[in-house]
Amino acid sequence: MTLTAHRKLQLYGALLLLPAALLLGLFAYLPTISTVIQSLFLPGFRGAPPEFVGLDNYRYLFEDPKFWLVARNNLIYALGTIPTSMALSLAMALLVNRQLPGRGLVRMAYFTPTILPMIAAANIWMFFYAPQIGLFNKLLGAFGLGGMNWLGDPGVALYSIIVMSVWKEAGFFMLFYLAALQAIPPELKEAADLEGTSRWRFFWRVTFPLLMPTTLFVLINALINAVRVVDHLFILTKGGPNNATNLLLYYVYENAFAFFDRTTAATITVVILLVLAVVATLKFTLLDRRTHYQ
Amino acid sequence: MSPSRIQLTGVSKHWGATTAVDDISFDVAPGQFVILLGPSGCGKSTTLRMIAGLEEASQGTIHIGERDVTRASPGDRGLSMVFQSYALFPHLNVAENILFGLRSRRVPRAERDKRLAHVAKLVDLAPYLARKPANLSGGQRQRVALARAIVSEHPICLMDEPLSNLDARLRADMRREIKALQRRLNMTVIYVTHDQVEAMSMGDRVILMQHGRIVQDGTPSELYNQPASAFAASFIGSPAMNLLPLVALDSAAVIDGDTTPVAPLEAAGGKLGVRPEDIELRADHEPGVAAHIVSEEYLGADTVVHAAVGNHVLRVRLAGRPVLAEKKSYRLYWASAKAHLFAENGLRLEHLAPRAFTAAQRSVSRPPLVGSFQH
Ligand SMILES: Nc1ncnc2c1ncn2[C@@H]1O[C@H](COP(=O)(O)OP(=O)(O)OP(=O)(O)O)[C@@H](O)[C@H]1O
Ligand SMILES: [Mg+2]
Repeated sequence: MTLTAHRKLQLYGALLLLPAALLLGLFAYLPTISTVIQSLFLPGFRGAPPEFVGLDNYRYLFEDPKFWLVARNNLIYALGTIPTSMALSLAMALLVNRQLPGRGLVRMAYFTPTILPMIAAANIWMFFYAPQIGLFNKLLGAFGLGGMNWLGDPGVALYSIIVMSVWKEAGFFMLFYLAALQAIPPELKEAADLEGTSRWRFFWRVTFPLLMPTTLFVLINALINAVRVVDHLFILTKGGPNNATNLLLYYVYENAFAFFDRTTAATITVVILLVLAVVATLKFTLLDRRTHYQ
Repeated sequence: MSPSRIQLTGVSKHWGATTAVDDISFDVAPGQFVILLGPSGCGKSTTLRMIAGLEEASQGTIHIGERDVTRASPGDRGLSMVFQSYALFPHLNVAENILFGLRSRRVPRAERDKRLAHVAKLVDLAPYLARKPANLSGGQRQRVALARAIVSEHPICLMDEPLSNLDARLRADMRREIKALQRRLNMTVIYVTHDQVEAMSMGDRVILMQHGRIVQDGTPSELYNQPASAFAASFIGSPAMNLLPLVALDSAAVIDGDTTPVAPLEAAGGKLGVRPEDIELRADHEPGVAAHIVSEEYLGADTVVHAAVGNHVLRVRLAGRPVLAEKKSYRLYWASAKAHLFAENGLRLEHLAPRAFTAAQRSVSRPPLVGSFQH
């Protein structure tokens, strides 16, 4: 049988796709599938085969108050970091997009937290938050105010973590907003100026809608980061005190590598994946329709 | 005084060491269609943007009506502008784009709707009001930009090369439409272009610029018939005016390399300008300068013939498609009133008149040069 030109082309395309498909399958889909399978079984003891238990693992998980505590922490963490870091990044981008002296320097300053590895950043904040010698408590002391146990107080620790995350993320998101702002033709502002459009109105009628694709992109990234980032917990709190700063992924890590409970870890992972999938679907169906892509 | 009079007095614009606009003054009467014409980088856009308030003048004053608006904000000058890139808001549909300014100025809804309907009809956009700019053709986008300028009902409209993104045919249509709209609405228009056809066909008055200065300010026919400098002469008209260096020979000035007197001796060192359409091709024994044909370009309605005179080649525009022999000698003839003289510095020599050709001149010709004994 001879290959037609069309067939050949298809084969060629498939071959080009193969390396990427192979890597994606091997390192993304295969682990996902095996995690889902793992979450449906109980491990066998002493060489016995794993026992299929259906959704029992999920039932146990949902009955576990610690899971709900961690989930609630993560929700607070998401609500605390996402809107704040996005608003801050947009504000910073608007500021440095204008003609101002030392603009390059300011841009770099905003961007520095992003280049810093999370571990290094966490170490810096460790110094800010330290109870006796910490920068924040020293500053409070200078004003005659009593210090706080930023990372040790269960009522405060999560918010301390949130503040540092915002500091770390805002500079990164600023970069996307800055790029998007520079893609907006300056004539639009001039045309609006000729009609006496106020700055406020121009922002809400023109700039913000034109930034919508970026906002969506940043939002998705921020969401993923809210469940993905755990490095700072290792340095700052290890999920403590009393699980006050324990987040979902850190909890997965604890289950898998501290308690050696692979099944629970797999179950939580699947729950996280499902939540992210729902969020992504909402994004693509609801928000995309109202967004203007150029 | 009418609120649509525009007056520039000694206006300059510097960016660091570069001077984009250098001491410009002019006065635009209400209802006038004024063209700012000039080559790329001569400061047309900068001048327009200073009038609009998008750029601040480094020196000089700008008045609109009786008001000094030199430092006024763009929205406070009572003018609208059409940008070369149209500057349409990509996320808003045509109606929203047109009404953007009225909403900024808090014009009541009923009034807005009335004006929108009127303007949409005026520029033939009624069927497209719900479309986004991305789904419009170039010409339709151009109309939206125009509609946005008209709907504000400002008496002044500034346009910066509004037609340069359109194809040639559409451009010709839009030229006529813009001109008709301007007449109908009695707008004062300042229109920037580097296209001399647009300038000649649309302007009541053309301000020709070069290197940030005004070279000539007059009606299209003044620019065509009495160019103030060699630059103005070469910029207006297509194909461009022939500019030929003059040298002294005996008691007159001749075209470099030729022997027929064409201008008084004082013009030597300067240039003689003759438009291709003002030159006639005549038989060898008639008055005129001796020439032979180098090449010809057939353009349909006419033919541009390249003819060598002395050390130079002239463009001659002839109607239809004349039958010409390449080796044969011809005479180029023009009425002396149609020729222009420019000094060495490029300025027009007002006090000198080009010489008229006479049949008697043939006998004055010098002995032939070595090597030209063929005839
Ligand atoms: N923002 C700026 N900073 C520095 N120089 C500028 C700026 N804008 C314009 N110029 C300079 O000023 C001069 C005039 O520019 P302008 O845009 O007015 O030219 P133009 O006549 O409109 O040309 P074109 O036909 O190409 O649009 C140019 O030499 C340009 O380089
Ligand atoms: Mg320009």
